[in-house]
Amino acid sequence: MMDPTDTSHPDYFHRVVDCQWACPAHTDVPQYIRLIAQGRFTDAYMVNRQSNVFPGILGRVCDRPCEPACRRGRVEDKAVAICRLKRVAADHREDISERLPKAPEQGNGKRVALIGAGCASLTVANDLAPLGYELHVFEALEKSGGLMRTNIPQFRLPPKVLDEEIDNILDMGVQVHYGARIDSMAELLDKHFDAVFVGTGAPKGKELKLPGRYDSDRIHIGIQWLESVAFEHTKTIGKQVLIIGVGNTAMDCCRTALRLGAENVKVMARKPRQFFKASDWELEDAEEENVDIVVNHSPKAFVVEDGVLKGMDFEVMTYELDDNGRIVESAVTGETMIPCDDIILAIGQENAFDWIERDIGFEFNEWDCPVVDEDTMMATREGVFFGGDAAFGPKNIIWGVAHGHAAAISIHRYLSGQDITDRPPRHLNLSAQKMGIHEWSYSNQYDASERRLMPHVGLKERFKQLDIEVELGFNEEQTLAEVERCLNCDIQTVFKAPACIECDACIDICPTSCLTITENGEAADLRTRLSAPAENMDQALYVSDALPQTARVMVKDEDLCVHCGLCAERCPTGAWDMLKSKVLQPYAGTVVAKPVTVKKAV
Amino acid sequence: MSTSKPKVRHPNLPRNKHGLTFRDYEGAVSTLCAGCGHDSVTGAIVQAAFELEIEPHGLAKMSGIGCSSKTPAYFLSASHGFNSVHGRMPSVTTGANAANRDLIYLGISGDGDSLSIGLGQFAHAIRRNLNMTYLIENNGVYGLTKGQFSASADLGSKAKKGEANQQPPIDPVSLAMSLGATFVARSFSGDKAQLVPLLKAALTHNGFALVDIISPCVTFNDHEGSTKSYRWSREHVHKVVHTDFVPPAGEITADYEAGAAIPVDMHDGSRVMLRKVDDDYDPTDRLAAIDFLQRHTAAGEVVTGLLYIDESKPDMHGVSGTTATPLRDLDYDALNPGADALAEIQLAWR
Ligand SMILES: Cc1cc2nc3c(=O)[nH]c(=O)nc-3n(C[C@H](O)[C@H](O)[C@H](O)COP(=O)(O)OP(=O)(O)OC[C@H]3O[C@@H](n4cnc5c(N)ncnc54)[C@H](O)[C@@H]3O)c2cc1C
Ligand SMILES: Cc1ncc(C[n+]2csc(CCOP(=O)(O)OP(=O)(O)O)c2C)c(N)n1
Ligand code: SF4
Ligand code: SF4
Ligand code: SF4
Ligand SMILES: [Mg+2]
Repeated sequence: MMDPTDTSHPDYFHRVVDCQWACPAHTDVPQYIRLIAQGRFTDAYMVNRQSNVFPGILGRVCDRPCEPACRRGRVEDKAVAICRLKRVAADHREDISERLPKAPEQGNGKRVALIGAGCASLTVANDLAPLGYELHVFEALEKSGGLMRTNIPQFRLPPKVLDEEIDNILDMGVQVHYGARIDSMAELLDKHFDAVFVGTGAPKGKELKLPGRYDSDRIHIGIQWLESVAFEHTKTIGKQVLIIGVGNTAMDCCRTALRLGAENVKVMARKPRQFFKASDWELEDAEEENVDIVVNHSPKAFVVEDGVLKGMDFEVMTYELDDNGRIVESAVTGETMIPCDDIILAIGQENAFDWIERDIGFEFNEWDCPVVDEDTMMATREGVFFGGDAAFGPKNIIWGVAHGHAAAISIHRYLSGQDITDRPPRHLNLSAQKMGIHEWSYSNQYDASERRLMPHVGLKERFKQLDIEVELGFNEEQTLAEVERCLNCDIQTVFKAPACIECDACIDICPTSCLTITENGEAADLRTRLSAPAENMDQALYVSDALPQTARVMVKDEDLCVHCGLCAERCPTGAWDMLKSKVLQPYAGTVVAKPVTVKKAV
Repeated sequence: MSTSKPKVRHPNLPRNKHGLTFRDYEGAVSTLCAGCGHDSVTGAIVQAAFELEIEPHGLAKMSGIGCSSKTPAYFLSASHGFNSVHGRMPSVTTGANAANRDLIYLGISGDGDSLSIGLGQFAHAIRRNLNMTYLIENNGVYGLTKGQFSASADLGSKAKKGEANQQPPIDPVSLAMSLGATFVARSFSGDKAQLVPLLKAALTHNGFALVDIISPCVTFNDHEGSTKSYRWSREHVHKVVHTDFVPPAGEITADYEAGAAIPVDMHDGSRVMLRKVDDDYDPTDRLAAIDFLQRHTAAGEVVTGLLYIDESKPDMHGVSGTTATPLRDLDYDALNPGADALAEIQLAWR
């Protein structure tokens, strides 16, 4: 027998909002999509900024974990273009200067050092500056932004967008010391900062130690090469280029090479396509630019003759897969030499903490990285916090932001004498949405429109300069169609068992067969006895209290609910209602109010 | 604002042999009061038609007037339909069936439509053993005209404002049994597990199949003191037989103890397995069944299940010896042999 579902736990309804739950920073996606639908771009931008800090940046280059999670992708095959819509809000917002957080005139007298000026440190600064901290950022390079500036190419992320969103943070009086690489943690600690945040990323590109590696200067490490292009130290490349590896760095390398004059670029992958690490959209964009992606080629040796790079030897592979698509066997079926002028290694990044002394209180793990607590983000040395790629290895910007928020909470609690392991809770408010018998405050009708595609600058045009942004952003038609694809997963179906007369009206009307009234049972059994079998184990089953007339239970499979509100419209007794959930996410210094349920639609 | 049920559906719905999902057997969104029992009956019909793998164009929905009679708009939108005059659905169906015996006829009626204005037509359709399924969505009131007591209202049952019904009810089940109906069932709109197999059996029966379905009117007859409310019905239902429907060439998967189930072979090769819930009840013994029903009705019970079945009786066409070819498929000369042929027939009867 399943226990009745406890929907008062804030995570229950939060999980139903698949995108928001999947977003490391828990951005309130459906809310900002509705605001865009209403033309309230500035409000939509601010909803984003509160959680993800960099909406203009992320609206272009976010890794978008929300999209594979999006319910629409289960109901049909394509998710809502959440990331594209974020950019719409950023592109069309008005002046936000009045609405930005500000540092108080009087500081709180505490000094915090932030090492590295990447997205993680910047988020910590964003959260701590308004609380009166004196913030010192130490950045090795001459510019801020970290990999967002040095590695993400300008044709994906224009510097203007980067500058604007970073300045919105730094303008709160954050002091950035450029060209100030920290070479010794011990020395920095001697400077008596009240707390230290380490946001130094994972700055080391992985090596490929095969014969010939050091015999030519035309073999480059991807992330270093991209940085050197970004700072205009590298301006050309040979006609034929091989990229080794097929992750997102490889995608940026191959497209950058094309813009520096390469004519034939091959991305060499060891395994078949389904094992690629690159996001689908990055692969598509590279292939649109006629980059050749070659599968099943395992690098064997660099071919260098008389100090001149001639190409690379590869072993041609075949793989045998099991039913789950895992490789069970591999075999070499041949060898081949692929000629080229340059080779770029894009096979991953690593952390480098040679500048943290081993005898000053930091515990190191098996990968030679400081041990960091996943909740508090604090290292074993008290008062030193980590975030972004420096904390648990290379991730992405939105994880850096999420870490930054968590670390800021810890730093503020730590410096206010509060227990940092006592995390401020997340709450969830519910509010009524009913406006009339068949009228809701949201656009509840299912819109069958297909996902809109991002328009691109023409193939000829885009290669003229390195910094021509390829993606044009959604136009009005695309925006209007795409916003309606969002299923409003935050408008929750809320059930009151005592009111149900078991008339089946909700069950018959539900278009996606989510609802069932049946005898209670164990979850595994119950999942087979529903209007449609509930096969997606990642999605919760809601189970009600026993119903008054027959003691059966109302079961809802959350998986494919399209939040159309028809169950609530057809229910004669109001046992189902549609209430909007709002997740109250804690930030440094904010007091999270107690949860409330607002009974009247406004 | 919602006026329609979106086409979006669960991506893994089962499909039947025509490649259809149950959603393909739906109709327009109901305009009945939210929570009306009739809508659940609609849901059960959709399910039964899907499971029987009926080709939508091979079925005709017939009805009279009433909330119940409106419901054919809400299912099987790809089927034929005739919404006739109040109480006249049986005669229109008789005509249609006479002309095209190949269609499956599904009549939807109400207690008002069948037991008051249409009582005569109802009785004669039974007597002719017209090959049709006849559903009475029985709520004890005239729903469409705002809740007057109907002829099925129980003595003493209270109206919404409190006055008690003064006249004895007509029970369509007892009436049908006494008129010699060949398939008589009763069910409750709130029990699809019982209703769907009953509908499948009824739609497969060769002859007149009555299913009287207690179908609460949420707006005018679902209060304290009503004997047709959801609560009262649930509290007073007495299930006497359990029906399993086994499609043609279908395997009998349920485990029946020897003698515990009575198999009834239907003319299309399907089989209905009747399991007694109440040991005293035999759905093939008409006199005993009538006696049982009278006793239990007097005790205030609503007896449900497949109450009586007789697959051996000929239907209207069988009795009349009409041609196996539907009239609509006969050519003009066969249908109308001419004045001379008529004169000859008349002469034979002089
Ligand atoms: C080619 C490439 C493309 C990418 N594309 C995307 C993308 O499209 N979307 C996405 O979400 N993520 C992307 N990423 C990942 C993303 O850039 C990183 O996850 C993110 O930038 C990490 O942020 P961070 O603040 O932890 O560190 P970083 O951005 O790495 O910033 C660290 C900063 O610290 C400085 N620093 C390092 N050591 C010291 C020191 N000892 N003293 C002082 N300063 C120091 C560095 O100079 C740097 O400025 C990409 C990564 C690469 C390599
Ligand atoms: C010839 C005729 N007489 C009277 C009416 C008015 N009338 C419409 S529906 C109805 C009764 C319907 O009751 P029932 O068949 O039980 O249907 P319900 O609405 O309860 O489902 C009556 C009397 C009519 N439409 N036509
Ligand atoms: S449909 Fe909208 S609310 Fe639901 S997961 Fe997708 S983007 Fe989020
Ligand atoms: S809102 Fe209600 S009717 Fe609509 S899909 Fe969800 S459960 Fe079904
Ligand atoms: S429509 Fe309302 S009363 Fe009817 S079964 Fe659903 S929740 Fe219960
Ligand atoms: Mg009625």
